Amino acid sequence: MTYEDILRELVEHDNRFMVLTAENRAAIRNLPDQIGDRFIDTGITEQTLVGVAAGLALRGRIPVAHALATFLTMRAFEFIRTDVGISGLPVKLVGGFSGFLSEANGPTHQAIEDVSIMRGIPNINVFCPADEEDMLIGLRKVLLSPDPFYIRYNNVKPAIRHSKDFEIGKAEVIAEGTDITLLVYGLMFTEAISAREILEMSGYSTGLVNMRTVKPIDEEVILRAAESSELVVTIEDHFLTGGLYSIVCETIVRNNHKAEVLPIALQDTWFKPALLKDVLEYEGFTGKAIAEKVIGRMKQHDYRK
Amino acid sequence: MEQDKIQNLREIAFNVREHIIRMSGDGGCFIGASLSCADLMVYLYKQFLNVHPGNLNDPNRDYLFLSKGHDVPALYGTFAELGFIEKDRLKNHLKTNDFIYWHPNMNIPGIEFYSGSLGHSLSVAIGVAIDCKIKNQNNKVVVILGDGELNEGSIWEGALVAAAKKLDNIVAVVDRNKFQANIETEKLIPLNSITDKFEAFGWKTSSADGHDFESLERAFADLPYEQGKPSLIVADTVRGKGLPSIEAQAHRWFVNFSKEEVAELLIELRGGKKTDLTSEEIIAR
Repeated sequence: MTYEDILRELVEHDNRFMVLTAENRAAIRNLPDQIGDRFIDTGITEQTLVGVAAGLALRGRIPVAHALATFLTMRAFEFIRTDVGISGLPVKLVGGFSGFLSEANGPTHQAIEDVSIMRGIPNINVFCPADEEDMLIGLRKVLLSPDPFYIRYNNVKPAIRHSKDFEIGKAEVIAEGTDITLLVYGLMFTEAISAREILEMSGYSTGLVNMRTVKPIDEEVILRAAESSELVVTIEDHFLTGGLYSIVCETIVRNNHKAEVLPIALQDTWFKPALLKDVLEYEGFTGKAIAEKVIGRMKQHDYRK
Repeated sequence: MEQDKIQNLREIAFNVREHIIRMSGDGGCFIGASLSCADLMVYLYKQFLNVHPGNLNDPNRDYLFLSKGHDVPALYGTFAELGFIEKDRLKNHLKTNDFIYWHPNMNIPGIEFYSGSLGHSLSVAIGVAIDCKIKNQNNKVVVILGDGELNEGSIWEGALVAAAKKLDNIVAVVDRNKFQANIETEKLIPLNSITDKFEAFGWKTSSADGHDFESLERAFADLPYEQGKPSLIVADTVRGKGLPSIEAQAHRWFVNFSKEEVAELLIELRGGKKTDLTSEEIIAR
């Protein structure tokens, strides 16, 4: 089943679902012909898109609204915050081409603060699937939840088979480790897998966790990582500020735990526009580059027992 | 419109103005904009809209979205007069034990959605109007816009989209009081002809005297003006209407009057007759 298949099935079997877009049809090209008046394209109008979605939700609908992540979360930010956040209406906002997925578009199109600003709005939850399979596993539960959601759309091919056991607020633990735990969401999951392989080959017992929903966050998994491994690594195609690194640090401090946390994130600037493979290479986000940074930190502190 | 009906509307509007004036003390309110749309609110809720305390959850009711939310005292007053809320509740204005604050919120029966951030409600109304169309319902979706609010770009996005989607169940009403917060609209960002602008965006428009119930009745009589087009009515109004000392005064936007000033304004509204009553007694009456 594809993303479109799931949406179409929901629309056909549940009268509440509507599919919207601000003229970004990359993920839903076939739906206009298939679902008729349950599809609305508002044109290049992100603010109106969100307002219309709120209006539909007021009438009992569950609108699934699509736009480029940058313009959806930033151009329409105050509409999301005011019309969706304050009301808590079940509007589902799907941001395309987030993080490194904007590839060569340049900084205008880089949504690398989207997780931070969306999670900062009361009532709004955030789902960042690791890849297409992970997205499709979680999609129904996220769309059927009574809460508003921001979804970081991610259709990259999966590197592994994911657990079908999906709960909002529950991470997917791929492996546990006593030396290092890699905490990751979204696109960077695939690189984290290869980073883990290298770390294991280098003799480090390395855990790997796919966070799945960043809000609500799986605090238990974070605290377990802080307790059981010597170094916690957060990996995200997002600014350092307000993303997973922030969440992990907040969680650890709030619960009076202690941990060494190494962030792999974009520092305070935009990334080099290029094709995905080259972006990862240039910015140091390949599995290999991540593993090297982690090993460097491990050696620096002589964590090895 | 029959004379006794007009008289009845006038009486309700007078009471709404008294409520607004009472809310202008002890913390204050946006008095000018509230007074300019008081007649419009009374006309719409009493005469035009199919919405009353008994059908607030009926999906077939008409909807009103107050996009220029700072004039919500006019709505509170109208709701108190028409039984949506207890009149006594208005005493809770700005108190933490209630939700009667400076902008509309959904905790007040009859208020359809949060507003106050300008330029939002037209798009929300479009969502509601689309759903009504899909369900073949004939309810009207009214949006009250301020003329100053028309500075917001999202209004013009919404204007394009409402026309493109042929939403003839939408009726936008501009409270044309010719002021924005601090200054006259035409001195800052001139709007000139609002009807021409919306016509160019694919709407069908008309104008009315926003303080004359018969004029409003004529404007609202034949909606939609054209099948397949959203309608817009420019209601020509006076900011602060009913209180000559406040009317069209640029600095009478947000006010917070003393008890004595509130009493004086109530006397002014009531025709200026001298009285021996104390301020408290005047306000309580």
